Amino acid sequence: MGGIENGFLEIGRLDTLAAGDSALHRLDPRAKLLATLVFIVTVVSFDKYTVSGLAPFFLYPFVLVSAGGLPAGFLFKKLLWVAPFALFIGIANPFLDRDVLIHLGPLGISGGWVSFCSIMMRFFLTVSAALILIALTGFNSVCMALEKLGTPAPFVVQLLFLYRYLFVLVEEAARMVRARALRSFSGRTMPFKTFAPLVGQLLLRTLDRAQRIHLAMRCRGFDGRVRVLSPLKFGGAELAFAAGWSAYFLVMRFFDLPHVLGILVTEIMG
Amino acid sequence: MSHHIVEARDIHYTYPDGTPGVRGVSFRVTHGESVALVGANGAGKSTLLLQLNGFLSADRGEIRVGDRTLSKKTLAEIRRTVGMVFQDPDDQLFMPTVFDDVAFGPLNLGFSAHEARQRVAEALATVGAAHLSDRPPWRLSGGEKRAAAIATVLAMEPEILVMDEPTSNLDPRSRRRLIELLATFHHTKIIATHDLDMAMDLCERTLVLHEGRITADGPTEEIFANQDLLAASGLEKPLRMQGCPVCGAGSPPAVFRPPRVLAPAHHHHGDSAHHHDNDDPDHDHHD
Repeated sequence: MGGIENGFLEIGRLDTLAAGDSALHRLDPRAKLLATLVFIVTVVSFDKYTVSGLAPFFLYPFVLVSAGGLPAGFLFKKLLWVAPFALFIGIANPFLDRDVLIHLGPLGISGGWVSFCSIMMRFFLTVSAALILIALTGFNSVCMALEKLGTPAPFVVQLLFLYRYLFVLVEEAARMVRARALRSFSGRTMPFKTFAPLVGQLLLRTLDRAQRIHLAMRCRGFDGRVRVLSPLKFGGAELAFAAGWSAYFLVMRFFDLPHVLGILVTEIMG
Repeated sequence: MSHHIVEARDIHYTYPDGTPGVRGVSFRVTHGESVALVGANGAGKSTLLLQLNGFLSADRGEIRVGDRTLSKKTLAEIRRTVGMVFQDPDDQLFMPTVFDDVAFGPLNLGFSAHEARQRVAEALATVGAAHLSDRPPWRLSGGEKRAAAIATVLAMEPEILVMDEPTSNLDPRSRRRLIELLATFHHTKIIATHDLDMAMDLCERTLVLHEGRITADGPTEEIFANQDLLAASGLEKPLRMQGCPVCGAGSPPAVFRPPRVLAPAHHHHGDSAHHHDNDDPDHDHHD
């Protein structure tokens, strides 16, 4: 359980990173959000066998991590946390798709392996882009940017509350689990008989809390809209950032630079 | 404008599951008064507070705030007039940063960005939390959370402050600071609490609630001196009015006398650490 608690503290650490003060941190969250969205969409839009075409996209996380002064090792560890999901999505491909696609001398590489590689690269790119966005911007600012860009308010409010009370909920759950652990001596695993009422009680407590929070909000004039005073400013730097990166992504999407470079090199060599 | 008066007339409330909450409570709190609402656990304090805010609507009886009777129509206005500080600050601080949280009320009331900012700055300065402005609420200490929660209410500039256990879960110094802060407020105050020492500091008048009924309503010092009344309501005298546990001076504790045998080693030597709370100059802060 300590593991889960620590995991959540690490989510908090992403937010701490967002308090940094680099030029990238200071950019309006909308610019970063837009660039990240274009990035993710272009990365996933590639054909399933694309590997070399994805290479230029590694520039984006690389530049942002170094210019933003983010701890690469920490972000990479976060990536590994979610890696199993991508692994299980892709792992069947080498067995299902056995047609040889690439010949490297005597070695034939099947389409399955190529698409598996492609999936893992896309996973790495998209998830790291999202993590970097949060680490450079902070979760709440991302939500605010979403709202300013026209996401319906209920979604944004849900996201904000999810994030705010995640910590309260985890703390509450951790307290219950600890209380149970202190009085059970039969080993580490929790029998289902204990687990079910524990989760049920957590739900009831959560409902109670939700009611109190709702009351607190009503007391302060809540009418379904969350209003926030934020000094958002979409200026030249923001435009340059969003437009510059988007243009780069689009060019790299429709124009296979590594392939062209390869042809060029072969021609020169020839 | 209204005269900051809160009046309850014969309030009855039973929870949907049949648990009796309050059974016939009447009182009238006038402008600028500071009233303690004391009672044992389950006496109905919180239930009564929730009535004042219209969160629970009484089965019988009515609540008047200023010149308005609480009803669906006046609810919004009354909630603006009656600022409520909850027992658990985590329920009250729901926004991403302390600043956003304090600005939440003023913005909903339709104030301009400039004015809202000003109110936030004032409210935070009042509770001494200006430096917490950009921090996420879940990272604050208990005392800081409480201060921020009070600021969220002050920013709405309510005329009446209703507080549920404001000193619970605070360390002694934070508690003392909070009491000093509350003493500077000129709002009409209704404070539900078990902390009778705080009640002595802040409230000239006390309502005693027992099993959903008001069993006493009068000057705080008179009520707290009435041993029988307190015992009948499941309460004890404020610590300050109890006998000194070291030398036994003052009125003898009625229920529990500390075993004297443990004390002597301590008694005639370590006197510097021992003084009667009654003499503490700190307690003269209230007006």
